[in-house]
Amino acid sequence: MRWWLPLKASTFTGPIDGLFLAILIITGIAFVLVEVGLLWFVVKYRQRPGRKAFYTHGSTRAEVIWTVIPAVTMVALGLISNHYWVEIKGRNSIPPNAYPIGIHAKQFEWQVTYPGPDGKLGTSDDFTVRNQLHVPVGRPIVVALSSEDVIHSFYVPQFRVRQDAVPGMDIKAWFQATVPGTYELGCSQLCGLGHYRMRAQVFVQTQEDYDAWMKQAAQEASS
Amino acid sequence: MTHATVAGAHRHAPPQGFLRKHVFSLDHKVIGKQYLDLALVAVCTGMILSWLMRFHLAWPETPIPGLAKLSPNGAAGGVITPEYYLSLMTMHGTIMVFFVLTTAPFAGFGNYFLPIQVGAEDMAFPRINMMSFWVTLVAFLVLISAFVVGDGPPLSGWTAYAPLSAVGKDAGPGQGVGQTLWAVSITLFCVAQLLGALNFVTTTLDLRTKGMSLARMPYSTWAWFITSVIGLIAFAVLMPACILLILDRVAGTSFFIPAGLVISDRLQPHAGGSPLLWQHLFWFFGHPEVYIAILPGFGIISHILPVFARKPLLGPRVMIACLVAIAFLSYTVWGHHMFLSGMNPFSATLFSVPTLVITIPATIVTLLWIGTIYGARLRFTTPALFCLGFVSVFVSGGISGFFLAQPSIDTYLHGTYFVVGHFHFVMGVAAMFGIFAATYFWAPKMFGRMMNETLGKWHFWLTFIGVYCVFMPMHYLGLAGNVRRYSAFTDDYLKPLIPLHRFITVAALFTGAAQLIFLFNLIRSRFRGPQAPDNPWEATSLEWSTTSPPPFDNFGGRPPVVERGPNEYGIGSGARGVDYGMQAAAARVSAR
Repeated sequence: MRWWLPLKASTFTGPIDGLFLAILIITGIAFVLVEVGLLWFVVKYRQRPGRKAFYTHGSTRAEVIWTVIPAVTMVALGLISNHYWVEIKGRNSIPPNAYPIGIHAKQFEWQVTYPGPDGKLGTSDDFTVRNQLHVPVGRPIVVALSSEDVIHSFYVPQFRVRQDAVPGMDIKAWFQATVPGTYELGCSQLCGLGHYRMRAQVFVQTQEDYDAWMKQAAQEASS
Repeated sequence: MTHATVAGAHRHAPPQGFLRKHVFSLDHKVIGKQYLDLALVAVCTGMILSWLMRFHLAWPETPIPGLAKLSPNGAAGGVITPEYYLSLMTMHGTIMVFFVLTTAPFAGFGNYFLPIQVGAEDMAFPRINMMSFWVTLVAFLVLISAFVVGDGPPLSGWTAYAPLSAVGKDAGPGQGVGQTLWAVSITLFCVAQLLGALNFVTTTLDLRTKGMSLARMPYSTWAWFITSVIGLIAFAVLMPACILLILDRVAGTSFFIPAGLVISDRLQPHAGGSPLLWQHLFWFFGHPEVYIAILPGFGIISHILPVFARKPLLGPRVMIACLVAIAFLSYTVWGHHMFLSGMNPFSATLFSVPTLVITIPATIVTLLWIGTIYGARLRFTTPALFCLGFVSVFVSGGISGFFLAQPSIDTYLHGTYFVVGHFHFVMGVAAMFGIFAATYFWAPKMFGRMMNETLGKWHFWLTFIGVYCVFMPMHYLGLAGNVRRYSAFTDDYLKPLIPLHRFITVAALFTGAAQLIFLFNLIRSRFRGPQAPDNPWEATSLEWSTTSPPPFDNFGGRPPVVERGPNEYGIGSGARGVDYGMQAAAARVSAR
């Protein structure tokens, strides 16, 4: 089992894991400094006979320093992070050549609609498969999310992708898988008693494997 | 300017008879204790619910003895069903957030000590104060009744996201009567807190005794005052939101329900609503609520730490400025709960920036506490230990907030145990440590008896180690992709995490058992503890200028005159061992 972030299997893992690591290092240092400082002060300044406490209301210089340092760090992090956020979720960031797949969530299953051989959703050759998401590797995928009943959330840990599916709204989310394999798609928004078992399998395949699967699945669907 | 209490303006005769004295009392001190007793009942209930949940997560197939009798539907044969798990979780969250973290540090201790700390005889509106408590009690009973009425308690979480919470019993067991009771309970709770907050604000502004300028108010008073201002705005939004939810449920309106929903194979007769509207309204309350829970803790720590450090709080004005800044900013960050909700991604940036900015006053506050310890003469009493523990867990929980504030990282961590670990540390455990510090610190004043220090220290160390064992591993679970609110772990990638869940469960049971030490100490000291002197901790604020416990009108008919701020520790030559200056230099009042 993995004791850290799951396998990196999409193009988003680079920025997200990188930013995570950067914040972990910065806050880790701050955490150790603060907790060790706290412990050190507690031991050093415990009550002992013959020593008086300092009477002070503080130092303006120290206060300015420890205000400016976190402020600058935080704003800098915010600016760096925002660039990634725009790439991941910005409405104009979805690549124009992204391959469309429709996902309709309902209690407690995922209905995955494939565009069929013509590669377009909303045409007569579309077909729907329950709880199986097949995607070609190395190609941007845009998922059109909708919901039948309550709010669900599309979550594939290995892709670092999460997006709520909200009834009454059409929401698009995109990603690009990088490692062929089998993953799990889970619901991450409380949707009722079957929330924990609202599962689909995700198959990341090479383009050839995907095409072969598509041909066979389309035939089965039409027969 | 300051306002002297007009003699007699708010005086009412001490009540006679048991009922008027101890049950239907107008005395803010009795009402404060009633709030604390209610919170104690609520926290025991909430903790038992969490034990059941934790046990189920670790050993899903093992029957829990006796549970089948208590809940024949939810746990036939003693094994918790998925829907009953969600009900337990919903009730745990609701009880803890509303009836513990709001009632104890704010309504409970605030009611008891705010009037005394400003030198008033009572709250500005004693009857409204009494009504506030009794409405809270009714709200609690309505919520608890969901366990025995209809198909059981609701399962939509303490956040009650629509449309799951809005469409009625088609959405699952407990979503019928149970969810309606939930919404009614929260509506009542909002009414009660609005009444209470109104009282706090008025009392602080109008009933300060002679010499008690705003700048001389203790930090705890400041924190309760600021918290009540937050509460006035936050609960005023949640209350109408809950009323709209009730209307959606019982009157066929569609505020939160869009058209064409098919649930349990039934087309829902609603059209035109928006699920995101509920989230906006809820979190507009929900994020300030986090600060309603924790700001009184900030005030309590800032009040207590200097007493045991024998040294003034560092940067007194900076502290107040930070509390005000946090209160203001708390209204600008609610959207960080909704980064992935489908709202315009651009707004995530707008909500992310104030979320990062609000960490700055929180960081400064933390550093002021640590700076206060620098050069101190620290007395390791139990309340002091809980103050230090508060700082430690607040730092630990606050740091994980830096990750979640970044929308791109939140894309991965949202809705996982990382978030559960984060908010339990920063809001739950930190606030509880504030409550414990306050209890050990003020129990001598409230009950006239000292609590046992040895038991207190055992309680501190077991709790301190315990909470780290419970909530630190949850961050790892979140990193590994463990989604929260799952009643069982069936996937290949979640199954390997079950041993860690077992560890957390064992730690939670032990930490919970450690609270029995506290309960024993609290109850025994209340009746059997050694008599408390008027000022056992050598503190400066007005509550220590009166008797333990204070007389009915707090100061025996002689309102104190305040001569200095609350921060005069570590002064003087130390002759006669006195190193502090009381806020009111007047002679000790005598009980009537």
